Amino acid sequence: MNTARHDYLLRFGDNALILSQRLAEWCGKGPALEEDMALTNTALDLLGQARLWLSLAAEQAGDGADEDTLAYLRDDRAFRNVLLVEQPNGSYASTLARQFLFDAWSSLALRRLLVSSDAAIAAIAEKAVKEVGYHLRRSSDLMVRLGDGTERSHALLQAALDQVWPYHHELFTGDAVDTEMTAAGIGFDPASLRDDWLAYVREVLAEATLSLPKDSGWRPKGGKQGLHSEHLSKLLAEMQVLPRSHPGARW
Amino acid sequence: MSAAAAPPSLDQVWTWLAEVPDPEIPVISITDLGIVRDARYDGAQLVVTVTPTYSGCPATEVIAEQIRAALAAHGIADARMETRLSPAWTTDWLSDEGRRKLHDYGIAPPVGRAAANEHAVDLSRLRRMAAAPVVACPRCGSTRTEVLSPSGSTPCKSLYRCTACREPFDYFKCH
Repeated sequence: MNTARHDYLLRFGDNALILSQRLAEWCGKGPALEEDMALTNTALDLLGQARLWLSLAAEQAGDGADEDTLAYLRDDRAFRNVLLVEQPNGSYASTLARQFLFDAWSSLALRRLLVSSDAAIAAIAEKAVKEVGYHLRRSSDLMVRLGDGTERSHALLQAALDQVWPYHHELFTGDAVDTEMTAAGIGFDPASLRDDWLAYVREVLAEATLSLPKDSGWRPKGGKQGLHSEHLSKLLAEMQVLPRSHPGARW
Repeated sequence: MSAAAAPPSLDQVWTWLAEVPDPEIPVISITDLGIVRDARYDGAQLVVTVTPTYSGCPATEVIAEQIRAALAAHGIADARMETRLSPAWTTDWLSDEGRRKLHDYGIAPPVGRAAANEHAVDLSRLRRMAAAPVVACPRCGSTRTEVLSPSGSTPCKSLYRCTACREPFDYFKCH
């Protein structure tokens, strides 16, 4: 089995799955009904995308695993999502800042995968890129509304952005898996997305009257290799409790 | 003993598929929606290929079950569902009949063509997407409408309000 490809699929699947789970935590608690629906709609799209990626990973493994066992029966160290998406929701501003940085990256990443030499991967990207386009429009609009909103909303969002900012570096940091996938024409070099990403983020932040956070030099990473923060373990405990406590449970 | 009856023609199969309603918006059929991409025989087995609307749309699995049930009701027991992701479903595939039925039901059909959206053509640069389109009220026809919520009751819809007749309505997003 091409373990690099398998890992690669898990990375995209786990990013979508974990962010979906985080957003679903807002269900029924959104600051307005419209936002409650937007967050859960986004969560639903991401969950659908996670299913596609994880099913493909399971199919490749061919060891009896499926999308459900991958989501519900893996331990934290086996997850390959970036640290950014497992960060706690915090305030609404924190959730938004995290989403905005991720959506912009995801839009660019999926565009690259549209031309992947791996037809199954390109097909998932083709499906997902349209949905992520909506997510990015929404998160960009909200950044502008709250950034260029009241004094209080501006201050809250700037603080949230500053806090989540260091986690974006991992999105653009490649490793041996990325190198192998890029060489095979399946994937892309993560660093090559940075300029386009930064250009877009700058444009939206300028419109939102927000400042680009300063680089503190702290660049947390490791999620792509399975080294996570404690936040992921707690998220998994909640997400996995039912299938782990009641194996084979059905509706 | 007589030979087995010939299997139903594909034209006949398509007319049966055209009677399967969309589970979320029952006034239109799954063929109006444009998600049934192919029907063919693989030996004696009928293979129906469906392209999902949104990755996470919960209706997708219901639709597969409904197709199976509809075919079984017409005597086709041996049928297989296949999912095709590429080309991705687009509202450009909604039939004219489907658009008319949506409108008459009170759902504004998609405005414009999805193929014209920037994300379909620009592979590298991200640009701010244009604001929501001007949508005519399906009840009174006024274009004095506003977005209440970009996300609606299902992944494929947004919620609008007509400021002329004061009625809220669903808009089927251009996708």
